[in-house]
Amino acid sequence: MNKALKTLTNGILRENPTFALVLGMCPTLATTTSAINGMSMGLATTAVLICSNIVISLLKNLIPDKVRIPAFIVVIASFVTMVQLLVQAYLPAVYDALGLFIPLIVVNCIVLGRAEAFAAKNNVGLSALDGIGMGLGFTLALTILGAIRELLGTGKIFDFAVFPENYGMLVFVLAPGAFIALAYVMALVNKLKK
Amino acid sequence: MVYLLIFISAIFVNNVVLSQFLGICPFLGVSKKIDTALGMGAAVTFVMALATLLTYLLQMLLNRFGLGFLQTIVFILVIAALVQMIEIVLKKISPALYQALGVFLPLITTNCCILGVAIIVATPEMLANKLPGGADPSLWTGLWYAVCTAIGFALALVLFAGIREQLSMNKVPKAMEGTPIALLTAGLLAMAFMGFSGVVG
Repeated sequence: MNKALKTLTNGILRENPTFALVLGMCPTLATTTSAINGMSMGLATTAVLICSNIVISLLKNLIPDKVRIPAFIVVIASFVTMVQLLVQAYLPAVYDALGLFIPLIVVNCIVLGRAEAFAAKNNVGLSALDGIGMGLGFTLALTILGAIRELLGTGKIFDFAVFPENYGMLVFVLAPGAFIALAYVMALVNKLKK
Repeated sequence: MVYLLIFISAIFVNNVVLSQFLGICPFLGVSKKIDTALGMGAAVTFVMALATLLTYLLQMLLNRFGLGFLQTIVFILVIAALVQMIEIVLKKISPALYQALGVFLPLITTNCCILGVAIIVATPEMLANKLPGGADPSLWTGLWYAVCTAIGFALALVLFAGIREQLSMNKVPKAMEGTPIALLTAGLLAMAFMGFSGVVG
């Protein structure tokens, strides 16, 4: 029980994929123009991560060691395609906002990284928990970054106005703001860790 | 004229790393020295051109059989196989080039700018969005767009590596060391590139 809890919280705090492992930077920077976009991207990645972790952990004894990476990629790509089609069908607004970055979950290093480092070595239950933990950690990071950028850029959080929009600094919604906001959030996390 | 506009637009105005956020991992990972940055840039340009050509033709085949939804799975496998094959061929034909690009090739499979650009070029609506006004999405404009995007990637990587070489000699606050200061530098570079916006309509 203790081990299960540890696996679950590992991804959220100690080994947070964004702040501690620095993986999956492209979606982190590209889709956090608002809190809701960041959260949607995080949840889409979480769905893929949980499913691929479960399936890979079930198949780990069937896949020969030499072809494991291509095999993992096929499993991941299948789930990404499913998520892509589901989002396109039921959440067209999210699909338009995230666009290219939904199919690009395939090359997100977090997903393949967890498959290789965790799911290929542990049982199904723990792998599922690891997927949930890592996914939530990623979602949390993206939501925080999205909220910061949305607040500084437009004065809103989750579309809820905090201060008038004309005081917003538009640069935080644009490309340079993504780099700068993430740099300061990471520096803050580093500082707090000590 | 259209090709010149695509050239300027893909390299400066809509730089793949600094304004579209594709290929951030190698941008942060292999940008400590100018030499390695040049090698990575060259390898990406080479693979990007070949991968785009191949995936464009494959997409036509998939569309003919009504299998367009298999795009993601097929593309990633083709790119992985292509990179593997280029590595083998280069090793045999040109050991000198292999020496220069070899170490970067395996890293390219998981470089999201290759898959990203391949998907953009193979989807006419997405390509039309990325090309400057008046350019029709076709194989040639798409291929040229891919090559220019890769050159833009190389340019950003080399500029960033130059800055980081200088940066490594300076004292940085403890909490900012490593990734944070690199991201901050990239942010300033992105701001400089924002100055190009509006050059191509």
